[in-house]
Amino acid sequence: MTSLAEHDHADAAAHALAAGDAMLPRPYRVVRTRQDTRDTVTLQLEPVDGVPLKFSAGQFTMLHAFGVGEVPISISGDPTKEGLLEHTIRNVGSVSGALVAAAPGTILAVRGPFGTGWDVSDGMGGDVVFITGGIGLAPLRPAILELLANREKYNRVALLYGARTPDDILFGDELRKWADLLGIVVEVTVDSGPHSWRGRVGLVTQLIPRIAFDPANTVALVCGPEVMMRACATALRGRGVPAASIRLSMERNMKCGVGLCGHCQLRELFICVDGPVLTYERLAPLMSRWEL
Amino acid sequence: MQTIEEYLPEHPFFAGLDQPTLELLAGCATNVHFDANEVLFHEGDQADTFYIVRKGLIAIQVQSPSAGGVVVDTAEAGGVVGWSWLVPPYRWMFDARASEPTSAVAFDGACLRGKCESDPAVGYALMQRVARVMLDRLEAARLRLIDMYGSSS
Repeated sequence: MTSLAEHDHADAAAHALAAGDAMLPRPYRVVRTRQDTRDTVTLQLEPVDGVPLKFSAGQFTMLHAFGVGEVPISISGDPTKEGLLEHTIRNVGSVSGALVAAAPGTILAVRGPFGTGWDVSDGMGGDVVFITGGIGLAPLRPAILELLANREKYNRVALLYGARTPDDILFGDELRKWADLLGIVVEVTVDSGPHSWRGRVGLVTQLIPRIAFDPANTVALVCGPEVMMRACATALRGRGVPAASIRLSMERNMKCGVGLCGHCQLRELFICVDGPVLTYERLAPLMSRWEL
Repeated sequence: MQTIEEYLPEHPFFAGLDQPTLELLAGCATNVHFDANEVLFHEGDQADTFYIVRKGLIAIQVQSPSAGGVVVDTAEAGGVVGWSWLVPPYRWMFDARASEPTSAVAFDGACLRGKCESDPAVGYALMQRVARVMLDRLEAARLRLIDMYGSSS
């Protein structure tokens, strides 16, 4: 008979062993780059060993710029198509700056994919609402593309998107296509705009009362700054969407990606393995605690 | 097209007001239409009107020495524009411009103030609704102050 402590050690050892492969970076070559906005770039990467990366919408990888460092970046590509790995990266520091500057031909390293997915297919037969702000559209894009691959299996679909300024709007051409051709209600708002801006100005939360959906039969996927997600979740609850049907993508300081190092701990959760996508039912008590 | 009396109960701003009160307020109202780019008012002008938006989009702008005109808020169907008519010195603090063809109901500010003063219950009901709009805009402005999207990665 083994003690509880021995069990814990055995679990940790098994976990570490399983994590072994996940700790080994694979080389990827930058094939194409696209400047999305002033500070945001999409990289398309091909595996040097030729084996494509399977992933679920919502997962992230640890992306490594040699000689600079490694950061967690959500995958922004289409999970229904095997091929190039796509990451949309905003330049906010030294590592992301190096990644954004990577030219075609540059070799980067990739670990993962890690974490939980959006599981957008749970919304089949009902309504789906995507709510996002800033660079948060990038982690949601794979879920949107997955839904679009089976658009007829969903009822009403809406995408509410808030950006800082009109120049910071990501994937502008795709937003128009999704709205015009693919039956998605796309509503965009910005924090402020120049005199020439003819669209909305205001918070993304202010769009929630304006769209039609059946609260009891809706899955809401929310991705953006935590304060925005909290306000959106409150507004969705106010319209009657169950907390278990609201999913948020949390951002913490992921390091190992496999639940060993503890950098991304949120009380009892390791965001890298228990998240990043979690239900509001699970997160609500944690999001209102200052200490966390 | 609906008359003002028919439309007011449908507008969220007037939700919960009884029919006699709505009829009283409708006495201060006229239907207005603005073409795209038409200016509703300029900063510093006499603030004598309160608008509820029926259709279209109105941009609230501030003139910035460095950036020129900056749109800081918008109001669309179901929204309202203007509370400077309510408190002295009755001057607009911002510019307002129609971003697209826009239909609205315009209330005469002096007329509304008169109704509020002669019937405090109506005044209180109106103030509650204006306070709600001000609170919502204040909360939104505070959230935007932290520049949420500026620092996420």
